[in-house]
Amino acid sequence: MHHFSSLVQYSIAIPIAAAFLTLFVRNWGRPAIQIVSVTGFGLPLVFALFLWGLYDPSEPGGYAFVSNVDTGLSLIGVSLHLGLNGVSLPLFVMAAVVGLAAGLYAAQSKADNLPRYLFCLLIMQGGLMGVFASIDVFFFYFFHELALIPTFVMVGIWGGRDRNYAAMKMTIYLTLGAMLSLVGLIAIYVKSGAESFDLITLKTHLAAAPLADSIQNYAFGFLLFGFGILVSLWPLHTWAPLGYGAAPSSAAMLHAGVLKKFGLYGLIQVAIPLLPEGIKQWENWIVWLALGNVLVVGFIAMAQRDLKQMIGYSSVMHMGYAFLGIAAMSVLGVGGVVLMMVAHGLTVALLFMLATMVHQRTQTFEMNEMGGLAKKAPVLAAFFVCAMMASIGLPGPGLANFWGEISIFLAVYDFRSWLVYAVVAGIVISAVYGLRSIANVFFGEETDEFRESQKEVAVEDMNWAERVPALVLVIVMFFIGFFPKTVTESINDTLQSEPVYAQVDE
Amino acid sequence: MSTEIFQKIAETNNWGMIAPELALGILALGLLVLEVILPKVAHGGIPRIAIIGQLGILGYVIIGACSGNCPTGEAFGGMLHFDGTGQLFRVFFLVASIYVSYLGMVSLDRKTLPQVEYFHILLVITAALMLLAQANHFVMLFVALETATVGFYILVSYFRHTVVSLEAGLKYLIMGALSSAILLFGIVLLYGAGSNPALAGSNPDSLHFGNLAGFLAANSDDMLGLIGMLLVVSGVAFKIGAFPFQIWIPDVYQGAPIPTTALLAVASKGAGFAMLLSLAEVFAALGEWFYPLLSALAVLTILFGNLAALTQRNLKRVIGLSGVSHAGFLLVGVIAARTVDWATTAILFYLFAYLLASAAVFSVLVHLGKEDDSDLTLDDLGDLAKRNGFLGMALAVGVGSLAGIPPLAGFIGKLLIFVAAFKAELYGLLGVAVVGVVISIYYYFGILKSAFFDAWQFRVDEDDAGVLPGASLRFFGKIAIVLAIAGTLILGFYQVPLGDWFVG
Repeated sequence: MHHFSSLVQYSIAIPIAAAFLTLFVRNWGRPAIQIVSVTGFGLPLVFALFLWGLYDPSEPGGYAFVSNVDTGLSLIGVSLHLGLNGVSLPLFVMAAVVGLAAGLYAAQSKADNLPRYLFCLLIMQGGLMGVFASIDVFFFYFFHELALIPTFVMVGIWGGRDRNYAAMKMTIYLTLGAMLSLVGLIAIYVKSGAESFDLITLKTHLAAAPLADSIQNYAFGFLLFGFGILVSLWPLHTWAPLGYGAAPSSAAMLHAGVLKKFGLYGLIQVAIPLLPEGIKQWENWIVWLALGNVLVVGFIAMAQRDLKQMIGYSSVMHMGYAFLGIAAMSVLGVGGVVLMMVAHGLTVALLFMLATMVHQRTQTFEMNEMGGLAKKAPVLAAFFVCAMMASIGLPGPGLANFWGEISIFLAVYDFRSWLVYAVVAGIVISAVYGLRSIANVFFGEETDEFRESQKEVAVEDMNWAERVPALVLVIVMFFIGFFPKTVTESINDTLQSEPVYAQVDE
Repeated sequence: MSTEIFQKIAETNNWGMIAPELALGILALGLLVLEVILPKVAHGGIPRIAIIGQLGILGYVIIGACSGNCPTGEAFGGMLHFDGTGQLFRVFFLVASIYVSYLGMVSLDRKTLPQVEYFHILLVITAALMLLAQANHFVMLFVALETATVGFYILVSYFRHTVVSLEAGLKYLIMGALSSAILLFGIVLLYGAGSNPALAGSNPDSLHFGNLAGFLAANSDDMLGLIGMLLVVSGVAFKIGAFPFQIWIPDVYQGAPIPTTALLAVASKGAGFAMLLSLAEVFAALGEWFYPLLSALAVLTILFGNLAALTQRNLKRVIGLSGVSHAGFLLVGVIAARTVDWATTAILFYLFAYLLASAAVFSVLVHLGKEDDSDLTLDDLGDLAKRNGFLGMALAVGVGSLAGIPPLAGFIGKLLIFVAAFKAELYGLLGVAVVGVVISIYYYFGILKSAFFDAWQFRVDEDDAGVLPGASLRFFGKIAIVLAIAGTLILGFYQVPLGDWFVG
């Protein structure tokens, strides 16, 4: 028990409480709503940073800030067991950062029925904080669903084009993924005989008496495809670009940036440590499907003319690197994946936000109809260039992504050297579509369509309400890029203590 | 010999043990008396008296159960058996009946039909179902079941001026009579087999559950016993709406008045599972036949219920067919209870979650304010979220819980059933159940979509809107709905109170 364990609980409870408070104060005017909701997003970040500062990486593998509450499901070995370790802490902080940025952006937006929109977003934030703080596998799943449901609602109500179809498709795909992973988790729970959903208990129990290979094999299959659908593993990714294309920007930021990492996090923290033999059976599957993500989806992203869809596809594509890093099963590879998850979360959230800002100025997402925006909105252009370079993984603004990806590449080279060619081809692909989108949107001559739309909507540069959330993300991106050690040290220590990952290195 | 049985029964008559049922019966008769003696202007208060009376009985049962001095063991010559599960079913039926009374109050107020009889019959049905859940003898089981079923015949066709209601009544009558006949035939065969003195373990009182279980254990290959079991299960399958006995459900649910539909959906299904849980003990010796039979029923029920609900646009049909699939999930629980002892707890939790969710959903339906409630379609939900946010939220919570979405109670119910099924190594059933859940998301989502998503953008002409949803919503109605929603949410987050009670 740690003194500050209650801060973890508050980080989950405060957004949820703020959500209801937002509805409560909805008649008190816009400022009241904004203050309540931004507080709901801001306090978790303060707590998360405070916990980050307090975290002592010298306690390897162990969870800090642990608390345990019985909620009445002790019948099946479930309790609200919260805590953070070296892998979950950076993600916890990242969730809070992206949450604040999304919240700030949403609070100043002109969405219909703003209180309800912020309500959904705050509930989602509460779920996200819970996902990464859960030691109990049941609550890990539970918080994921808690965050997922508002996503569907937001896509369906506040979404853009095709929102009905997109919401329906997302719901069915993601429910299928969630159900498959639930079956996998139940399989581990029942077959381990530990009578507990608690990750620490399960780990010690399974370290002493590992499951039979056949059981590990099918349980990992369930988890791989269940989590895979949630992370948009090729060819089960089709919900993602469609959903992100339709989702309102704050929902897309939180989902693509944070919630989607649930599946990867689940593989790293739950599936692989508990089922070390399982991943060996499925290694080839992961490699080939991940190549589908990198190459097939990469080419699809290149063919996109719609800016938001392109960002959606590019985020699907980057998940391929993550799967490859996981398949490498080394501290270097998996550590790279965790670092990339953090960096990618910040980057993709920034990109979705900026894409919406571009849309507000050009009235379209069609890149063919854009051009020359940099002259009218230089600050927006600077942010966008920065975010896109980061997304490609170019050193500079994208140092954080770069460190993550380079570690993955090195690990993949040790793992199967030929894969590196495919992965480097992927970098080229993302450079092509990324740089081309910058050129199309911001540089070159103004198109006729853009001139037409300017007659109706005057183009102004980013105002401060838009700059602040973008700055929040960019500052953290640069900080992690220049001081990766602040993150990687704890990741390394935690992964080193995990026998599955450590053994490959030695 | 028959006198001996009566004597034995008389000796063990402990009327105090069935005080809640007796009180319900007296209350039911009291309502009729009140209608005669009260002046006509005061008749509106009779439904309220019915509800208050039921709340009192509910309080009595709950306090009795919590203080630990609830009756246990057999009484009435082995006709009834009292235990903790029975107490829970009493609470279940009482809560269901209170909600149905409330729905009836709202629904009947719009019609020029006699009101008091509705509540009278409802109370009699509830008492019969409570006895049914505690029956320990096939005679008791059949009499209680028939009492309830005859009441249902009347309540289904209560709107006697509407053709669909009459049609529903007729269909329910024919199908119900058929199923009763099948059940009775099965009981007779079991009686004949069990009291055959030539066989080991026979007993003159062979319809007593314990005696019959003993007989079947000694003669697990007896053909008559097997056929009897098959027929009895068929009769019960009719009650819970399991495939292929679900055939009556869509039409009857659609035609019956909303309160009756709710009663059929919740109480009738609960009664079926109460029977099934006690029958599972009786037929334990025939497990090699009983459980495969249930498994087949479960698979077909889950698949049929979900697939058939996909294409429906009538709200009551969707709810009815989704109820069929819930019966399938619960059947999985019953099968799992063979090897996993806490699966019974899972079934009870699921039933309570289903009760609360259904209460919320039906309360919304009754407040949509449509004159002909057999004609409620998804389109009638249009704009609901905007025109009455409170009802919209109630619908979202109710439907979400039925769909099994965390953090609502329905999810915990499904989770418990799934874990139990996995523990019992019912992988095939589990697979079908998962497929069923995914399919069900589609139509549950459809309901919410029509209530929320389309609404926000397209404005219906306000003058054209007809009766505003929720116009009939009063203070107590709000409390009833809030309780259902709160129960659903709390049981999703925090199961300590109910969990302790179930286990204890």
